[in-house]
Amino acid sequence: MLWKLFSRDMTLFMHRKQDVVTVLGFFLIAVALFPLGISSDPELLKTIAPGAIWIAALFSTVLALDRLFSEDLDDGTLEQQMLMPVPIALLLLVRLVAHWVITGLPLVLLAPLMGLQFGLAFNEIVILTLSLLIGTPVLVLLGAIGAALTVGLKSSGGLVTLLLLPLYVPLLILGTSAVTSAMNGVDVTAHFSLMGAALLVSLVLSPFAVATALKITLD
Amino acid sequence: MSATRRIHWMKYASASNFYPLANRLAPIFMGLAVVLAVIGLYIGFFVAPVDYQQGNSYRIMFLHVPAAWMSMFIYLLLAMYAIISLVWRVKMADIMAYSLAPTGAMFTFIALLTGALWGRPTWGTYWIWDARLTSELLLLFLYLGYMGLYSAIPDRQRASRAASFLAIVGIVNVPIIYFSVIWWNTLHQGSSFSVSEGASMTSDMLSALLLMTFACWAYTIAIVLRRAQAVILERKKVALWASQISKNKET
Repeated sequence: MLWKLFSRDMTLFMHRKQDVVTVLGFFLIAVALFPLGISSDPELLKTIAPGAIWIAALFSTVLALDRLFSEDLDDGTLEQQMLMPVPIALLLLVRLVAHWVITGLPLVLLAPLMGLQFGLAFNEIVILTLSLLIGTPVLVLLGAIGAALTVGLKSSGGLVTLLLLPLYVPLLILGTSAVTSAMNGVDVTAHFSLMGAALLVSLVLSPFAVATALKITLD
Repeated sequence: MSATRRIHWMKYASASNFYPLANRLAPIFMGLAVVLAVIGLYIGFFVAPVDYQQGNSYRIMFLHVPAAWMSMFIYLLLAMYAIISLVWRVKMADIMAYSLAPTGAMFTFIALLTGALWGRPTWGTYWIWDARLTSELLLLFLYLGYMGLYSAIPDRQRASRAASFLAIVGIVNVPIIYFSVIWWNTLHQGSSFSVSEGASMTSDMLSALLLMTFACWAYTIAIVLRRAQAVILERKKVALWASQISKNKET
């Protein structure tokens, strides 16, 4: 049953690849804007690399969250899914995992390329990719709460970003400081421990929070 | 015959009972706020001595510190009302939360603004991204997010429930923000300026600070009660008692 749900999301994605490609394209362009807009001095680029890549990943995740519930809400599938005899939290967990595989994993796979663009060393790229690997699922899990509260709103615009910002900032700081610490030769265990903790906590609690938010949204 | 009178614990959870009470209390608290503020500011600006480290520029502390305290406490109050509103479906609690938000946001903004003005002469910069300032900024975003979500959803009941849920999720965030003050110092070995308001505060400074704090509290109570009154009149338009009051106000 869960596998069917998972493969449903994957199939939908295959039918509408351009949604995901748009998000990836946004990520690439956003990352490229930083050196273009600030300065292409290699030393400076190395300093801003973790922040730039993480921020771009953050915005791309928020952009992709838009599509998480909106289509299912539009054609009524969302309400039907809420009525299924499956625990809603479990259903949502599968949805969110699928969503991350589709939108978050490509970001993680592209990260080494971005790191090279900024002139990072090999071990720094590894740390960067690992931090995104742990961080992007948390972004998706937390972001789903914001997406669930604002789904279907016409005038939401940047509201989701505003709502999610206080939740995202600690994670952003952890992720970027992990890479910066790697650059300075400082031990990164603490950063990854905290990020891992955030991942585990959000894996367990976020589906319930999203379920509550969806119940509020759908009455 | 039973001579016992039942205590109506939930009497003021009804808007029609709350409104006259608020009407009576608001002017009292506003008057109290003005009196306390005048005395507090007088002591703070004219009586308290010049600080040996910061000269006269420290005096903005008498507005900055109470504002910062209020910003945090009002958020906790807001979240408490949000829980009551969401769990027990008490509409008056939602009205209180909705009325608290703008005042909380205002105090957060004042804290940030006065902090910047204080930072310029003492630190040499208007802003610095240390944990305390950043967490205050995030608190402002929490308030703005609550108000923004509330106004973005057209259906009032769904809006109140969604915004209450958001406020509650925001509480989970507050300890994270405040623990980050500790984490950040261990992860980034960089300097974090902590302004010493001094264990050594003269009694004049302390009394001015306390007076200003009470003044801010009284102001908050007065203004939130007034705002709640306005919200009640707007939402209970159809009720007879409310429309009577609105008509009287118009004439």
